[in-house]
Amino acid sequence: MRPAEAGAPVFSWNLVADFQDMWSYLYMVNAFRAGLIVALVCGVVGWFVVLRRQTFAAHTLSVVAFPGASMAVLLGASTTLGYLGFCVAAALVIAALPRRDREGGAEESALTGTVQAFALACGYLFMSLYKGLLEGPTAILFGDFLGITTGQVAILGAVGAGVLVILAVIGRRLLFASVDPDVAAGRGVRVPALGRLFLVLLGVATAEASQITGTLLVFALMVIPAATAQQLTARPSLGLVLSVALGFVSCWAGLTAAYYEPYPLGFFVTGIAFAGLVLAHVVRISRDAIGRARTLQAVRGAA
Amino acid sequence: MTVIGQPFFQHAFLAGSFIAFACGLVGYFLVLRAQVFTGDALSHVAFTGAMAALAGGYDLRLGLFAATVGVGLLIGGLGRRGGADDVAIGSVFAWILGLGAFFLTVYTTSRSGLQGGAGTSVLFGSIFGLNADQTTTAVAVAAAAGLIVLLIARPLLFATIDGEVAAARGVPVRALGFGFLALVGVCAGEATQAVGSLLLLGLLAAPAGAAARLTDRPYRALALSATLAVAEMWGGLLLSAAVPQLPPSFAIIAAASAVYALTFLIRPAQASGVGAVQAAPHQGNVWRAPRTPDA
Repeated sequence: MRPAEAGAPVFSWNLVADFQDMWSYLYMVNAFRAGLIVALVCGVVGWFVVLRRQTFAAHTLSVVAFPGASMAVLLGASTTLGYLGFCVAAALVIAALPRRDREGGAEESALTGTVQAFALACGYLFMSLYKGLLEGPTAILFGDFLGITTGQVAILGAVGAGVLVILAVIGRRLLFASVDPDVAAGRGVRVPALGRLFLVLLGVATAEASQITGTLLVFALMVIPAATAQQLTARPSLGLVLSVALGFVSCWAGLTAAYYEPYPLGFFVTGIAFAGLVLAHVVRISRDAIGRARTLQAVRGAA
Repeated sequence: MTVIGQPFFQHAFLAGSFIAFACGLVGYFLVLRAQVFTGDALSHVAFTGAMAALAGGYDLRLGLFAATVGVGLLIGGLGRRGGADDVAIGSVFAWILGLGAFFLTVYTTSRSGLQGGAGTSVLFGSIFGLNADQTTTAVAVAAAAGLIVLLIARPLLFATIDGEVAAARGVPVRALGFGFLALVGVCAGEATQAVGSLLLLGLLAAPAGAAARLTDRPYRALALSATLAVAEMWGGLLLSAAVPQLPPSFAIIAAASAVYALTFLIRPAQASGVGAVQAAPHQGNVWRAPRTPDA
């Protein structure tokens, strides 16, 4: 993954020196900046995704980014436009589908799955029509942190800020609508409209994240940190902070590892995030077990 | 149309027909059980399994089937009651996909001489690249999977529609759930050889979704799903033969998606097949258990 002239940098365990070494390259600085933005946006959006159990839609949107990027490559346009256009369009398609509570699930997932497969097939078609790209589709699918320009970081920052501002405005209502849609609707919250708006936000967040981590691995930053946070705490404010922090740590640690090792960035980011999730499960299970043992002791003591 | 006479096309046609048949049958249950996400997760696992086998120097299909069936069973164990928990599946799936990217790098860097798009052909299929041996194996495995689905169709339908009543009537609901996920794994491995791991979801979900929209009768929908899948496979292969610019995987998925899209024009109303069936499980005797105790 490294450019040849960088030689083979060796991780020294002196973190300050290591970061100084990495930050002497502009592409690494940009990668770290982009990672920060993506972790922030995906941590917040992903927390709602896990809460609302919309992981399938999240994944489909990230997959739709692939034809977006490959079509932009084919037409010679900016990939950013391709990502944004396709992701938002796909989000609107999913949002336009009538949502029913129980029996709608099967229908919705069949449609989502078909849209996803068709989108990937289109991406593959565009890639095979465009024969110039040497690396093939894997760079778009699994991410490439080398080519991030300062301009792209600026776009990522601006779009991400927009998403966060809208979420800050609708956050409380969205939380209400996600936790108890019936009561929320009774209190005058427009639940379906909020759901659609959230899907569009999800599309935008996915689009910008795809540019960094590759379209197939966005999911790792979007869902795993949030799922880990929700294992550890049920409180929304703490959960959101934890989700962002976990995403940030996996992203930056992954970037560091990918700088020193030849394996792809996506592998490290998902591996670190997943290890965190497993750890959180272990913590929660042992906490439950200790709690049960204490209750048992108290009951025995009373008897 | 000289392409149609070529052995590679005949292999593709034969293997594709059986693979589509099995995928149509399994896919219908996948849609009915609302487990499409499982199929999706498996499809990406297939990539990792194949890449791991290649990186280790084994036959690609060994890793493919080991990974899909193994993870199918794992998903059954992780989710509660043999069902599927989306977040758990999604997290495992993302981690495994990351591993796939890792193995792809190991494979392409260690064997720099033959890196001619192994990753791409697993991700997006190479049905025109099947040789005679591979075709025979694919046909045998797909036929066996389709036969097993047909054999367990009746109890599986019952367990799917009303698990609790089925369990009370002595149907081994949990074992059926596990067995079904193993079958999904087999089909995912098969379909990977046809349309590639990233596109196999279209082969599983699109014909089944279309069939579920067209009829409320489960057995008719099951037959329709398999028929549609085979017809879409043929259509895709012929289209790809006629227009060489279109890769076969794209043509097959495009045909499947087009048929599914058409069902929305034919039947745009509320009554979707799956929804209607699940909303009224005791209307019509198809859903009845073999024995009705006090009717």
